[in-house]
Amino acid sequence: MRRGHINAGWGFVGPALAAIGAFFIVPVAASLLLSFTDFDVYAVARPDRLRFVGAGNYARLLGEPRFWTALGNTAYFVFVGGPLSVAVSLGAALLLEAKLVRWRGFFRTVFFLPVVTTLVAVAVVWRYLYHPRHGLLNLLLGVVGVHPIDWLGDPRWAMPAIILLAVWKNFGFNMVIFIAGLQSIPERLYEAARMDGASAWQQFRRVTLPMLAPTFVFVAVVTMIGYFQLFAEPYVMTQGGPANRTLSVVLLMYEEGFRWWNMGYGAAVAFVLFAIILGLTAVQLGLRRLQPGTEPIR
Amino acid sequence: MRRTVQWVALHAVLALGAALTVLPLLWMLAASVMPTGEASGVPPRLVPSAVTLEHYRALFARLHLTRAFLNSAGLAAAVTLVSLLFNSMAGYGFAKFRFAGRDRLFRLLLGALVIPAQVAMLPLFLMLRALGVINTYWGVVIPGLASVFGIFLVRQYALAIPDSLLDAARVDGAGEFRIYRSLVLFLCAPVLVTLAVFTFMGTWNDFMWPLIVLADDRLYTLPVALANLAGEHVQDTELMMAGAVLTVLPVVLLFVFLQRYYVAGIMSGGVKE
Repeated sequence: MRRGHINAGWGFVGPALAAIGAFFIVPVAASLLLSFTDFDVYAVARPDRLRFVGAGNYARLLGEPRFWTALGNTAYFVFVGGPLSVAVSLGAALLLEAKLVRWRGFFRTVFFLPVVTTLVAVAVVWRYLYHPRHGLLNLLLGVVGVHPIDWLGDPRWAMPAIILLAVWKNFGFNMVIFIAGLQSIPERLYEAARMDGASAWQQFRRVTLPMLAPTFVFVAVVTMIGYFQLFAEPYVMTQGGPANRTLSVVLLMYEEGFRWWNMGYGAAVAFVLFAIILGLTAVQLGLRRLQPGTEPIR
Repeated sequence: MRRTVQWVALHAVLALGAALTVLPLLWMLAASVMPTGEASGVPPRLVPSAVTLEHYRALFARLHLTRAFLNSAGLAAAVTLVSLLFNSMAGYGFAKFRFAGRDRLFRLLLGALVIPAQVAMLPLFLMLRALGVINTYWGVVIPGLASVFGIFLVRQYALAIPDSLLDAARVDGAGEFRIYRSLVLFLCAPVLVTLAVFTFMGTWNDFMWPLIVLADDRLYTLPVALANLAGEHVQDTELMMAGAVLTVLPVVLLFVFLQRYYVAGIMSGGVKE
């Protein structure tokens, strides 16, 4: 290959790599360094007062009840909201891919609509839907005999309320990915299963689910990473309340870093979150390799 | 007979699901045109007793949301155009040129997708502050110059461009940039539309970074302005719903008209491992 051709390759990838390097990779690395310093509101004005404090921020973090509350709330959101959202997505995809369905495109568009809406705007809308007295949700629930719930004011209900909003907002995204996964399953597998006398449930259990395994892994990883970044919903709807029950890790990082300018401490919060996400992603990808039976037939 | 029952049951479930999915959006739309106070009546109502546009007028005249709307539109358009250039060049570069370390570099880039954006935010803020672009439009544009996802999307598409076509252009004496500009961009047009829709919507809907970077309310994007209003005007349900409609409607319309491209983008990102 000609030399000019090789240089042209760098010429094409260079600008984007420089931008991503300078404005993403470098800050991520700097964030790690920052987390070992006492960078605070004084250092914002005078960076020379910066001191290295070693693992001091991490030690403080682990001794801080607010951090554990935020982590617990975020885990609640990820491990209850995430699977719920994936289940709704799969259900919707299976319904839409049923052979009998008419107006498939219409239903798919409607189910997908919340995905493209602006999170802040729909969070504002849902805050009114959740109003204990004149909210639409309690009106609907009243029809089936449920007593009014103070969704965002009751510490027990605030996180479920945020999960409900998130599921509504996001299920269409994974639904589309599941639809693509379902469509890629060869029809002959179902034909073979039927010839062996498999019932509808057995076909689902023995053909659909194993064939969807790679899709599941992708969906699980992407959903988990996204759900760990919970921020706008509590910021707009509850400001982390009531009684810190919707305070998320990212909201804590935002408050520490950008409201109180405890940037060293905020960076430590961000890095703990990153470490957790990285660890759990590795676990999910590893689990996938441990299951030889779920390898799709090609 | 059994088939008919199944058909009815299936469509009943779908119709119920669809109704519940659009209900919040329909109520938003309905409440935004209700006379003041009606949306917070007891019991709540879905259909306005009379249609008024006063809340929309108030948004534009009194609360200066025109400005936020233009900020959002301008920033989304700028980020889309610039990142389209950067990402298409890089995607094409990774797909069609051989250079040392190319594949390892590309895998590293993909690996960076597991890093949450928030991890970079604190130092990025300090860096942009040192550059003097905090509280300017540049502060929003600069972190959006290029994206790993965009590069990936273009690369997968550009892999299918036949080398013979590019070599023929080279034999004709076209320079590399000229080939990119007049041939590759043309051939990649469908994926570029997909990427443009993605980027525009993503930038329009983005909240956390503009919230951090923009302190001056004349620079606010719509989501930031709306979150700000939600604090001050919590009682003005109809006004807030008009603001929500104004924020949501442009992206919803964009999606409805270009959903073919949008869905294609999700699928190409999702299905292939």
